[in-house]
Amino acid sequence: MTKDAVSLEFPLTARTCPFDPPGRYAELRATAPVSRVALPSGQTAWLLTRHADVRAVLDDPRFSSDMSRPGFPHLYPKPVEPVLKGTFIRMDGEEHAHYRRMLTGLFSVKRIEAMRPFVEQVVEDCLDRMAAHGAPADIVRELAYPVPSRVICGLLGVPHEDHATFGGYLNTLFDGSSDQEQFAAAKAGLSTYLDALISEKEKAPEDDLISVLVEQQYKPGRLSRQELVTISWMLLAAGHETTAHMIGLGALTLMENPDQLAEATRGPAAMADAVEELLRHQTVMQLGMTRVAVADAEIGGTLIRAGEGVIALLSLANRDPDVFPDPDTVDVTRGARHHVAFGFGPHQCLGHSLARLELAVVFDRLFRRFPGIRPTVPVADIRFRYDAIVYGVAELPVEW
Amino acid sequence: MLRITVDPEKCCGAGTCVLIAPEVFDQTDDEGLAFVVCGEPGPEQADSVYEAALACPRGAITVTEQD
Repeated sequence: MTKDAVSLEFPLTARTCPFDPPGRYAELRATAPVSRVALPSGQTAWLLTRHADVRAVLDDPRFSSDMSRPGFPHLYPKPVEPVLKGTFIRMDGEEHAHYRRMLTGLFSVKRIEAMRPFVEQVVEDCLDRMAAHGAPADIVRELAYPVPSRVICGLLGVPHEDHATFGGYLNTLFDGSSDQEQFAAAKAGLSTYLDALISEKEKAPEDDLISVLVEQQYKPGRLSRQELVTISWMLLAAGHETTAHMIGLGALTLMENPDQLAEATRGPAAMADAVEELLRHQTVMQLGMTRVAVADAEIGGTLIRAGEGVIALLSLANRDPDVFPDPDTVDVTRGARHHVAFGFGPHQCLGHSLARLELAVVFDRLFRRFPGIRPTVPVADIRFRYDAIVYGVAELPVEW
Repeated sequence: MLRITVDPEKCCGAGTCVLIAPEVFDQTDDEGLAFVVCGEPGPEQADSVYEAALACPRGAITVTEQD
């Protein structure tokens, strides 16, 4: 096989064990950790599966997040649109930092920690409803979806009563099978909704993040209306799906490993460690991250040329045996926080502290409230989201 | 003794270090940039300081051992 020959088709979706990434990836990491893969779009890209290589690319300015650049690896063929101003997740360098700096202070560890009582209240409300519903109940529906949604709405100042409006748009955005037209319509609908909400905040600012951005950035002219709307919908969307599926998968992982659950529920420090281990072991961003090289760069001994696409596979980096001994075993006492579940480099998830807080509160309260909680069906009968952008359980029926 | 520095040019305000070693690192209110509040922490904090340096998404933290 020549160095540039295609090793496999990406993405793989078939898993031997639903808690482990597709096995062929791990074989690849052992034999050809930087290898060419073919995408459904017809493009090829370099697939990176080692922790060191994934981190190197994600913190290297020679690799761009701009999807509109030629050569950027797209999973599916679709027309390439220019990056809308404010879409900082698709920008590089100083342009990206310009927007990100407006937000990092608002997501600081102290500010997020101050939200703990609110997060606890949201979780308790959901658990009350789950108790009232009675067993069997679906954890995905009762807890995994509503908690992150209510929390991000509370942070941003988006009335959760409007979920009927914006929830449908978000579903379309996260549904891999949405076509270009549906996608555009959902984006437009979400923008119209948020634009109206921003008008309300302009007149009557409150204590929420969108109000702060209106006052600090929009009114002084540092953000245009369109930029503020774009940033708002990115934050709203980003706060939903990933945390939701980490809640579902994490709860299932703990229920399936009673010794680990016992260890995790010993106290706040043990739970914080458990959350890190679940993030490492169950990295739900199963397809990313994608970048395109803007200059020649040697990664893991392989020359990646300008214009070539790269897929840095977070879930595989987090199972790298050179970094995490016995990586496939869930060990909530591992204490390793240098996993890449939230990505790496300047684009690392802005809301990681919030996600970590939500996960710790959810698992703590769930197992305290329902100590004997367990799935009503064997793992083999649980429906997993093998094909989704964000991996997870589609449903998790439990009894207690 | 450990000596710790944060490169302000590299720091992206993620706050990972504050989560891991809150006695040693803090963030500015405006841009969330990290700074060292305890520049010479004791040996009991060594593990979390090294982990914070390892987990920093920009590799902005340098830890050196001094006599």
